[in-house]
Amino acid sequence: MANNTKNALNTTKPLEKKKAVSKSDDSIGAGPPNYSAIAESTEFKLLKKKKSKFILPITIFFLLSYILLPILTSYTTILNNNAFGDIAWVWVYALALFVMTWVLCMVYVRRANDFDKEAEIIFEKEKAGDYK
Amino acid sequence: MNTIGLLFFVGIVGLTLFVTYIASKRTNSASEFYTAGGGLTGWQNGIAIAGDYLSAASFLGIAGAIALFGFDGFFYSIGYLVAYLVVLYIVAEPLRNLGKYTLADMITARFDQKKIRAAAAISTLTIVLFYMIAQLVGAGALIQLLLGIDYWVAVLLVGVMMTIYVLWGGMAATSWVQIIKAVLLMLGTVLISVLVLWKFNFNILAMFTEMKSVTANGEAYLHPGVKYTNGLDTISMMIALVLGTAGLPHILMRFFTVKDAKTARSSVVYATWIVGIFYVLTIFLGFGAAAFVGSDAIIAANPAGNMAAPLLAQALGGDILMSFISAVAFATILAVVAGLVLSGASAFAHDLYGQIFKKGKATEKQQMNAARLASIGVSAFSILLALGAQSMNVAFLVSLAFCIAASANLPVIIYTIYWKNFNTTGALTAIITGLVSALVLVALSPNLWAADGSMTFTGEALFPLTNPALISVPLGFLGGWIGTLVGARADQRKYAEVDVKANIGLK
Repeated sequence: MANNTKNALNTTKPLEKKKAVSKSDDSIGAGPPNYSAIAESTEFKLLKKKKSKFILPITIFFLLSYILLPILTSYTTILNNNAFGDIAWVWVYALALFVMTWVLCMVYVRRANDFDKEAEIIFEKEKAGDYK
Repeated sequence: MNTIGLLFFVGIVGLTLFVTYIASKRTNSASEFYTAGGGLTGWQNGIAIAGDYLSAASFLGIAGAIALFGFDGFFYSIGYLVAYLVVLYIVAEPLRNLGKYTLADMITARFDQKKIRAAAAISTLTIVLFYMIAQLVGAGALIQLLLGIDYWVAVLLVGVMMTIYVLWGGMAATSWVQIIKAVLLMLGTVLISVLVLWKFNFNILAMFTEMKSVTANGEAYLHPGVKYTNGLDTISMMIALVLGTAGLPHILMRFFTVKDAKTARSSVVYATWIVGIFYVLTIFLGFGAAAFVGSDAIIAANPAGNMAAPLLAQALGGDILMSFISAVAFATILAVVAGLVLSGASAFAHDLYGQIFKKGKATEKQQMNAARLASIGVSAFSILLALGAQSMNVAFLVSLAFCIAASANLPVIIYTIYWKNFNTTGALTAIITGLVSALVLVALSPNLWAADGSMTFTGEALFPLTNPALISVPLGFLGGWIGTLVGARADQRKYAEVDVKANIGLK
């Protein structure tokens, strides 16, 4: 444990160096990126559109499925019926929300990795001076 | 207190102090102090987030709530977990991309104005203070019970420990205290759960069947409605739980300890798995306590049910397991309060002193001194408040902190990232409306008012809900919207910059 701790605490050092290097890279280049030009570019707009098309419906879905539970338990008794043995549907619903959380978590990571690749293309173009 | 128990305590205190000692050698810049230099890996930060999140209220509170109220206690577990989807889908990555040390950094990345930073810092400090008093009061009561020492000694003990971690080790030490605590907590919880399952012959169906008859509530124990009978209040509480996490300063701060948005993302995934498994296991903790300790014994030890988990440990594994679980509970409290001190100190030293008073021109040395002084100040102030708040209801303070986080912080975070026309006036009104409405509605609620004199004030509560999130969260959003309509037009170029940074992390 102690050794692990020490090693892990030390891992930041190379990262700091990397940071310092990238900073000096920026200062060598032609100033800060032209954010307005990037924001107006088709590839950025497309990426944003894809992102919101992914995030918005899922967010609405999980918030609704979540809040439906207290609504159902407060105003109906349908979840009190047993699903398996003496386990009522309310426990099944609750567990389904757990599974939903884990699944959506993994779904997010998978999609976000795709978005990373598209962002990478914009990075490259910016570096090449396409947005000046 | 037996020898083995003492050994567990000394071991945990020793280990955390050792980590603090190692971390202290490196903590010599503001960036190291607040964010461990942004150098934590995904899994380290993920476990630390879980460590920050699984507070004494989660571990002891939920176990007790399920033991006493059955399914109604489990509502907390569900809300606290699903909240991570809000964090992951909406907040984590843009926050990492825009902020530096604090929430105010992120909002002022778009609206660089002192009054906005001040408002964000004040809402952060308010949340931290409520949360901290809750943790310290709970800690004091618990350690008093566990170790048989006076309440004030217990609060002072926890207070001094948390100050040591933060003062010398900054974020690196705090993170490692959280990691150690999370690992110990998971070990303890898994162990107790296996023992409980063993008692039921690893038959979950049989466990549920038996739970129908072991409590005074009978079959109702397994159905919602034992504790929460007011539908709107239940829904309101659930809103505060799911939306509050994404506005809690000490959780948000954890996203600045990693190098980029991708790592922030992976840390949320680790945290979600750990926290989720933990919350599933709270069922076994709660059921086990109800079955093998009994609600009478639980209530006799502590009316709020906070002693359910330690008592269950004693019933299952005798004094050794009880000592271990108590030591874990102690570590849990230490880790959470250390994280809170750090986020309070950052709002004070970085936002109010460094950026507003010193206009961002403080030297590295001045920043460090301010950070350390603020840590001592935040610690001392909350210890004093906690000493005076012994009789306060802890669960109420925690849910209030979640409610303020959801009402004052979440609307402004979402608008700043996603709304093109959002402007300075809107940012200010969003924070103020959310903060004030949450505080005022709670002040008028049944938490403080009862006609029979059982609460702080005698009289009818003017506001019927114990948790005001149902009203105050929409008010926060509405406040930001109206402020935006009234205020000057948004700077579109600035939004382009925020939009690009938030979405792809280009600096």
